[in-house]
Amino acid sequence: MSLDAATVRRIARLARIRVDDTEVETLKSELNAILGYVEQLGEVNVDGVEPLSGGAQMALRSREDFVTDGEIAEKVLANAPDREQNFFAVPKVVE
Amino acid sequence: MAYMLEGRTGAWEVVVGLEIHAQVISESKLFSGASATYGGAPNAHVSFVDAGFPGMLPVINKECVAQAVRTGLGLKAKINLFSRFDRKNYFYADLPNGYQISQFEHPIVGTGIVEIELQDGTLKQIGITRLHLEQDAGKSMHDQHASKSVIDLNRAGVALMEIVSEPDIRSPEEAGAYLRKIRQIVRYLGTCDGNMEEGSMRADVNVSVRKPGEEFRTRCEIKNVNSVRFVMHAVEAEAMRQIEVWESGGEVVQETRLYDPSKGETRSMRSKEDAHDYRYFPEPDLLPLVLEQSFVDELAAKLPELPDEKRRRFCDDYGIPFYDAGVLVADQATADFYESVAKGRDGKLTANWMSGDFFAAMNRTGKSIENPPVSAADFGALLDLITDKTINGRIAKDVFEEMVETGKAPAAIVEEKGLRQVTDTGAIDAAVTKVLADNQDKVAEYKSGKDKLFGFFVGQVMKAMQGKGNPALVNEAVKKQLDV
Amino acid sequence: MSIFDLTIAQASAKLAAKEISAVELTTAYNDAVAALNPRLNAYITTTPELALEQAQAADARIAAGDATALTGIPIAMKDLFCTEGVRTTAASKILEPFIPPYESTVSAKLKAAGAVTLGKANLDEFAMGSSNITSGYGPVENPWKRAEDPDAKLVPGGSSGGSASAVAARIALAATGTDTGGSIRQPAAFTGLAGIKPTYGRCSRFGIVAFASSLDQAGPMARNTEDCAILLNAMSGFDEKDSTSAQREVPDFTKALNRGVKGLKIGIPAEYRLEGTNPEILALWDKGIEWLKAQGAEIVEISLPHTKYGLAVYYIVAPAEASSNLARYDGVRFGKRVDGVDLIDMYERTRAAGFGPEVKRRIMIGTYVLSHGYYDAYYLKAQKVRNLILRDFTQAFEKVDAILTPTAPSAAFGLGEKMDDPVTMYLNDVFTVPASLAGVPAMSVPAGLNAEGLPLGLQVIGKHFDEETVFAVSAAIENAAGFSALPELRAK
Repeated sequence: MSLDAATVRRIARLARIRVDDTEVETLKSELNAILGYVEQLGEVNVDGVEPLSGGAQMALRSREDFVTDGEIAEKVLANAPDREQNFFAVPKVVE
Repeated sequence: MAYMLEGRTGAWEVVVGLEIHAQVISESKLFSGASATYGGAPNAHVSFVDAGFPGMLPVINKECVAQAVRTGLGLKAKINLFSRFDRKNYFYADLPNGYQISQFEHPIVGTGIVEIELQDGTLKQIGITRLHLEQDAGKSMHDQHASKSVIDLNRAGVALMEIVSEPDIRSPEEAGAYLRKIRQIVRYLGTCDGNMEEGSMRADVNVSVRKPGEEFRTRCEIKNVNSVRFVMHAVEAEAMRQIEVWESGGEVVQETRLYDPSKGETRSMRSKEDAHDYRYFPEPDLLPLVLEQSFVDELAAKLPELPDEKRRRFCDDYGIPFYDAGVLVADQATADFYESVAKGRDGKLTANWMSGDFFAAMNRTGKSIENPPVSAADFGALLDLITDKTINGRIAKDVFEEMVETGKAPAAIVEEKGLRQVTDTGAIDAAVTKVLADNQDKVAEYKSGKDKLFGFFVGQVMKAMQGKGNPALVNEAVKKQLDV
Repeated sequence: MSIFDLTIAQASAKLAAKEISAVELTTAYNDAVAALNPRLNAYITTTPELALEQAQAADARIAAGDATALTGIPIAMKDLFCTEGVRTTAASKILEPFIPPYESTVSAKLKAAGAVTLGKANLDEFAMGSSNITSGYGPVENPWKRAEDPDAKLVPGGSSGGSASAVAARIALAATGTDTGGSIRQPAAFTGLAGIKPTYGRCSRFGIVAFASSLDQAGPMARNTEDCAILLNAMSGFDEKDSTSAQREVPDFTKALNRGVKGLKIGIPAEYRLEGTNPEILALWDKGIEWLKAQGAEIVEISLPHTKYGLAVYYIVAPAEASSNLARYDGVRFGKRVDGVDLIDMYERTRAAGFGPEVKRRIMIGTYVLSHGYYDAYYLKAQKVRNLILRDFTQAFEKVDAILTPTAPSAAFGLGEKMDDPVTMYLNDVFTVPASLAGVPAMSVPAGLNAEGLPLGLQVIGKHFDEETVFAVSAAIENAAGFSALPELRAK
């Protein structure tokens, strides 16, 4: 499988990264080099093998239902690039 | 009779499936210790986890898992002892991580069945495809500032159950009945408050139309419909739109739409046009959720009686009609109230009084079952006075009104106002004699065949006795004296 | 003997004996940082005043008699650990203004033990790299030089290259690192240090800027195995804030150092003798085998047949997770924002300007392998092969107690080398990635110099949660190797 420029643009759009035309070309060849490398996995027989998704081999631990956090609006907002009172602010969205 | 929409080319069948998002009742959020309470100052119920700060990690809330299992049990569904969380990736201003933690491939609850009842009394089973746990997003507000949208993350991370139905629904009425039924079940279970105004329950409605006997055609998804009525309207409006598209030679495109209640129509959501590719993959910050059967069994053992079972039991235990039982089990509090009154009394009498005067008084006074117009104990005492013939049914209505108004106990009202029923046949006979004597012309009419006048004489006697005459004895005495 | 020659263990003893004070030690290091960091660029942010305050507190604690082995020890904190009130960048421009209002669990544990933080160490941007050249704050220089070409700047490895360079140049006594595919072990090998990636789940990931969640692990980098053990003692332990944190006892790792290797079975995986591997590396590996044999270990040939696919698996799994983990850098709640005409434009401009080329590449690859129609062919397949790799290790560990391999396929290379295409750079991790995928502990220990006078490391891989054996074997190699070379460029 090999990526074309249109696919690179579509992926960049999905990843929300603006790319210009020269970047598309560079990315295309770099990504194709990586995809070419990983193609070797095609030769591995994985019939009947379960996928391993996590690094830890144990069951999920859960916590009790208590309120232990929150009420820190000022800290939560302290790093915001833009805010309106205690809200985060972004360019207006038209739905 | 099946619901069909008539188009120019003939009848169309509507096919509907619902995805209901029900907010889990819990103290804290699904993956963080921040409060899950509705409202609050902007961004007050927000932890660094909810706001997606670097290095923050999710830890699952045990109670939310239990609530999902309870709901699954309530939907008679399969509980999956192995389930897993996945990330659903998309960018939006109120989705702090850029992904929502949800369950894609392995939901916590599998297939189940829900029974709905239609206006004409028909029962229908709607299949449940699955129920899974996921996080809610925050809230974007677009009307607070001229050039900006502002974001409050208080809702971000609150646990939701997404309950997905099979496309078994065939009319707006069924859609409404199904949504109400799910709401009733989760309220009984205490797993969701079902409050659609606050958004703690909302539905995505999948609608398609087809000619009878056809395969399914392309569906559209109407997002975030927030009332039963709107769901019903949206189904109809969207079905009509699709019929128009098909019949004018067009093709319905699969898309996300919004229902506009003010216009009564659906419209395409432009902001969602950018086709989504959610790139689901197993959430690496969490391990698979593995439940012990014993955990499920314990929850099952403590599950409250559900509306369908309660309704059947009410029919059996109290001898009331299926329809009446349905009204009484509409919500848990009403059912409990009924049962506390009906226990050890005439269930049918109780049901009649509740559906009649009691609900009327409740509506009139703006009270609720939790804060009833008369207490269950006083209400029961009133019914006892009827049953032991201390008062008759007519007087009981007055007593009831007095109870609603003054809050006094029924026995006290009866004593105070001297409302005891007269069963002294001598007194009744005397009253009858007087009424007949005063109305000789009518007696003559009656005797010449105007049977209907019988009721008039009874009424006059009761009136003469200030309503306190025992109705059966009065009837008997009138009959006896007229028929001589 | 200079104050900079002291290891943690030695400095700790002198602090306890009040032969030196924490303030003296920290001041010496602060001065060394000020002198050498402008050249090495090992730190992104230095915090000398804070360090001095912590040193004063450490002295008070020592005086009060409640010091730990780390009280008053000046270390570098990889700038991937969020530190409350101290800027944390992950070496990315997108986090340039970010001041965390919270502390990572590992850095909090080190603070609680009394360690002094000199500053935030440079790294590859979001820990994505093997040379530190992807840092948004400039590359880090390796203090080691080729004997023949002392002016050429070499890379310190990556991603924990700032940590490695700082410790090697003695502008930190030790450092924290994180390791996703070799990011502790490879830079340790490139700079003549010991460094361990513990078992996945041993150290909490809470507060560490995530790269690939199923692989990321924190660990120490230090001058020797003993210092690593002291640090790991403090860094490890269950954390309820991390669902993948292991709920198990943490042994005293320093006690394992002198266990020796007598009777231990050491596995030598045939598949690691990759075609084209530098003969010097292979020769050093053979030497390591001889050292262990001489100390009573039994050498066992083993097979890890799927390890050769490790890199391919890694370069699907890690970017996939990263593409999702890095979605939060959107200019809304923290970090840098570049304005746009609408929300999407703002996102795209912010992320285009904030991320460097390597990070963009990995986000793109990760987005692609998860996208509709490609998931099964790439991501799912990779996860299955990952399971086979784990199975390889599980089967091997039925026969052996630990596995010995080289750490990296080469010694430190020059800045600007291996830049032809991303894959050439990725090959640096070929020996380290399999242990990361399996989640098993692995340590790099300096074992010798190559012909150019650059350090080389050997890697010891152990069973899940058996860091003790890893330490025992690593210490045995350390003893036999007697590695004592130092870079000329260092604080003296």
